[in-house]
Amino acid sequence: MRIDFGGWEPPFGILFVADSFSVILVLTTSIVAAVCFIYAFSSAEKNYEQTYFYSFVNFLVAGVNGSFLTGDLFNLYVCFEVMLLASYVLIAFGGKKNQLKESMKYVIINVVSSWFFLVAIAYLYGTVGTLNMAHLSERIAEAGQTPLLTVISMVFLTVFGLKAGLLLYFWLPRSYSVVPTAIAALFGGLLTKVGIYACVRVFTLFFYHEPEITHALIGIMAGLTLIGGSIGAVAYRDIRLIVTYNVVIAVGFILVGLSAGTLEALEGSIYYLVHDMIVKPLLFLIAGTMIAVTGTAKMNDMSGLIRNYPMLGWMFFVVKLSLAGIPPFSGFIGKVLVGQGAIDAGSYILLALAFISSIFVLYSLLRIFLQCFWGETIISTEDEMPMKKGWVIPCALLTAATIALGLGAESLAPYVKDAAETLINPQNYIDAVLYKD
Amino acid sequence: METLLTILTGILVAVATYLILSRNVQKVVLGTAILSHAAHLLIMTMGKGLKSGSVPILGEGPAYVDPLPQALILTSIVISFAVTALLLVIAYRTFQETGTDNLYEWRDINDE
Repeated sequence: MRIDFGGWEPPFGILFVADSFSVILVLTTSIVAAVCFIYAFSSAEKNYEQTYFYSFVNFLVAGVNGSFLTGDLFNLYVCFEVMLLASYVLIAFGGKKNQLKESMKYVIINVVSSWFFLVAIAYLYGTVGTLNMAHLSERIAEAGQTPLLTVISMVFLTVFGLKAGLLLYFWLPRSYSVVPTAIAALFGGLLTKVGIYACVRVFTLFFYHEPEITHALIGIMAGLTLIGGSIGAVAYRDIRLIVTYNVVIAVGFILVGLSAGTLEALEGSIYYLVHDMIVKPLLFLIAGTMIAVTGTAKMNDMSGLIRNYPMLGWMFFVVKLSLAGIPPFSGFIGKVLVGQGAIDAGSYILLALAFISSIFVLYSLLRIFLQCFWGETIISTEDEMPMKKGWVIPCALLTAATIALGLGAESLAPYVKDAAETLINPQNYIDAVLYKD
Repeated sequence: METLLTILTGILVAVATYLILSRNVQKVVLGTAILSHAAHLLIMTMGKGLKSGSVPILGEGPAYVDPLPQALILTSIVISFAVTALLLVIAYRTFQETGTDNLYEWRDINDE
């Protein structure tokens, strides 16, 4: 499906293209955003709500949805900026010292990566002479992917590496751990995923002619990301940092699928992307609720929370199993398909790294579970802060979503298959955009 | 002409990189501004914008310069203005809160 704005036919106008991949992601974004809104109603402070908090969250979601749907490279840049500007404001919201310090770093990193994006667009426009994605893909296929285009693809990889936290994730953990819970959940669920989406789109639609260079490099970067994320996830005793390093691991995992490049691997990546967009916000919300009820983020200062908050504890248990990829939950099918794809593509080292990182994910979360939920309870019944409905309901909704996604993988399969087939045959996309009528 | 402008862009990028790596916040913000100038010049150079022709207004002449890069630059200038303004305000607020504009001294700041 496509919408041409202002009645200009592609490649001359700006357009939105909705293939199965985009539509699945937009749907997931909407669910996640709605749940985070519900959480924000009961957790956001009064002065947040009075200073246009919800407007900025809506701008963020608009930017994310725009990036998923756009069919024009420069429009993708603009949608990225809409999303990023909203996120700059949200990260500095409240103006605590820590937040200001981290937001400064976050903004500068993103200004630099947006600069790389502009440079990449400039070079690509100079070489190929168009900005419409389908038209670009066609022209690159006609001319063959010259070394110059491969270099431009590396610039794109740098951009999306910075946005998605692929190897260049050094800015991510600290900046995601200073923001309020509802915003952290949105960031963890959506922002890096847009970078991943753009990376997948660009490397399946434009630069798919030299996979032994581009896709191999993505594979190396994904492998290093998995290693770095795993080390980070087990190194810290601050639950927010553990959770943010888990975001980094997931980015590496999804891009292993892109690097393998077979149909199964791409299907696995899409499943895992959807799963991760649902489960990461859940993980952030539960971690934020734990911090809210105990007043500390240090693992050592918490213990026995399951006596006081059994619901929260068991939901955390479900998330942990889901993230590690235990069968009835949603992380399983994605991991299996990515693994299958990696075997087909013969990249055994990546396969090993991907599955070893799952063990690290399980270990890092199991450590939180054992330390914080098991053991002697530290909160007596009198001091117990009552669990607000507005905290439990969003978490329960997302837990239900991850279970449903795990059990109902079969019913999602046709859409995911269609999305992966469009990704692997760019001609379908080009035909739909340029030659439909 | 293209060669000259490319060299100029390179110089701007070098200057901007140097400024961004410095330890003073104002210099970093200045660096990002120069970086965006470099990107805009590059877009201008990369399109066929430097071939001589008349301004892109209908009825001006037989051949026009490429209008697309100009529209892209205009969009991107506005965006970089917004980001720079926000960045300056955040830098100012951070200075107010922490009392220093030295990035190295921010490392020890923690409000928990």
